[in-house]
Amino acid sequence: MDFGFTISKPRSIEPTEAGREQLLQLEEQVPTFRRCMNCGGCTATCSAGQFTDFNIRKVHNLYRWGQYKELDEELQKCMLCGKCTLVCPRGVNLRSLIIHLRKALNKDHQPGDYQHFIRNNNR
Amino acid sequence: MSDRTTTAQVAVIGGGPAGIEAACALSNNGIRVSLFESEPVLAHNVGNKFKLFPDFSSASELVATLSHKLSGSHVSVHLDTEIVSMEQKGGLWFLTDNYGHTHEAVAVLLATGYDVFDARRKEELGYGIYKGVVTSIDLESMLKAGKLVNVLGEQPQCVTFLQCVGSRDEKIGNHYCSKVCCVTAVKQAIEVKKLSPRTDVFLFYMDLRMWGQGFEELYREAQEQYGIRFVRGRISEAASTFDDRVQIKAEDTLVGQPLKMSTDLLVLMVGMEASCGTKKLASCCGVEGAYGFAHSCSPYLSDNMTDRQGLFLAGSCKRPMSVSDTVNDARSAAVGIADYLKTALSN
Repeated sequence: MDFGFTISKPRSIEPTEAGREQLLQLEEQVPTFRRCMNCGGCTATCSAGQFTDFNIRKVHNLYRWGQYKELDEELQKCMLCGKCTLVCPRGVNLRSLIIHLRKALNKDHQPGDYQHFIRNNNR
Repeated sequence: MSDRTTTAQVAVIGGGPAGIEAACALSNNGIRVSLFESEPVLAHNVGNKFKLFPDFSSASELVATLSHKLSGSHVSVHLDTEIVSMEQKGGLWFLTDNYGHTHEAVAVLLATGYDVFDARRKEELGYGIYKGVVTSIDLESMLKAGKLVNVLGEQPQCVTFLQCVGSRDEKIGNHYCSKVCCVTAVKQAIEVKKLSPRTDVFLFYMDLRMWGQGFEELYREAQEQYGIRFVRGRISEAASTFDDRVQIKAEDTLVGQPLKMSTDLLVLMVGMEASCGTKKLASCCGVEGAYGFAHSCSPYLSDNMTDRQGLFLAGSCKRPMSVSDTVNDARSAAVGIADYLKTALSN
């Protein structure tokens, strides 16, 4: 029955054990990731960020808390140009981080698979 | 009570790092010094610590070194002696202690230090209500004992630090930053990880102020080597869970989403406030500054001087200060006092 309203889902992040394991795995794959101090240099220089709302700093912070919803789609906006890695003052290998994030979020992901990105941006 | 009067050229009030360092420096220059400490022990604030930032050197060794230096000097030390009031008459200071004795001195150094913020005043954080909520000082004792356990006596799965408790807080009336808590939390987080490597450590901060040499490196080490998770956001409230853990609510402000999680221990990084002695004597002499701290002439060239002739300041009676800054400040005060005595005694 439609009452004309729904109950909102809680917005709070509640960390889970699975999320914790995922994060530890990513930190092992990209050890420099731990060093991030959230300065936002990566996002400021991001080529994709000039034309879309892609925010790599926010994406990896959501990943830290196990909030995976829509992150895979977000990450398709990245063109792996590597400017973020060049500017990072803490030497985080962001390019490597993004590739590992894509793999972790989408088991079918193949390197060089930009179909999603092309589809979204040719509209 | 007898009205015994003792005379010294300099009276140092406070037997912490500032008082001891200044007293020894003056005494070594042939100046007669009396030192008054209200507690039965010297340097109790430093003595409550286990290790010091940023190099993890032993706090008790530092206290022992200071005490040794003091006992080797000619300083006349009065423990358990609280100066309750003081006044200046005819170029001399008259100090009255808790026994009713009067002590005379040409110059006085106020080195009355700080008190730790009473975390119970932040009721919403549950200190004194939930057993899993402790202060950074309590944690030092646990680290000192080498025993880190949760309420159930088990190794904690998760330890969470919260910065700025009693500092930068309008509700408490303290707008200032206590300066040492940021790096202390980083130091303690590393110590927790060293003691209990499988414990998850979170550190909630508003800003991380890594102002000193080696501090930023320590922060980086905490992230890289120890996997400590730094979260930007202030925990607004703590509650108990059914299994005696602590549930906390915060916002990860870098994500922009509220956060709810539970932790075995919530460590409140309590700040520094002007000590009772500082408040009392600073107001008694009319040199009371903001938040009850003592007010110096100028923070640039006369930071040890006050508006009162022959009254000097050193250490955290002025503002929150680290041990190393305090010791340097005390030496600087000793130089100022020695200069003052030359003029005062030649007149």
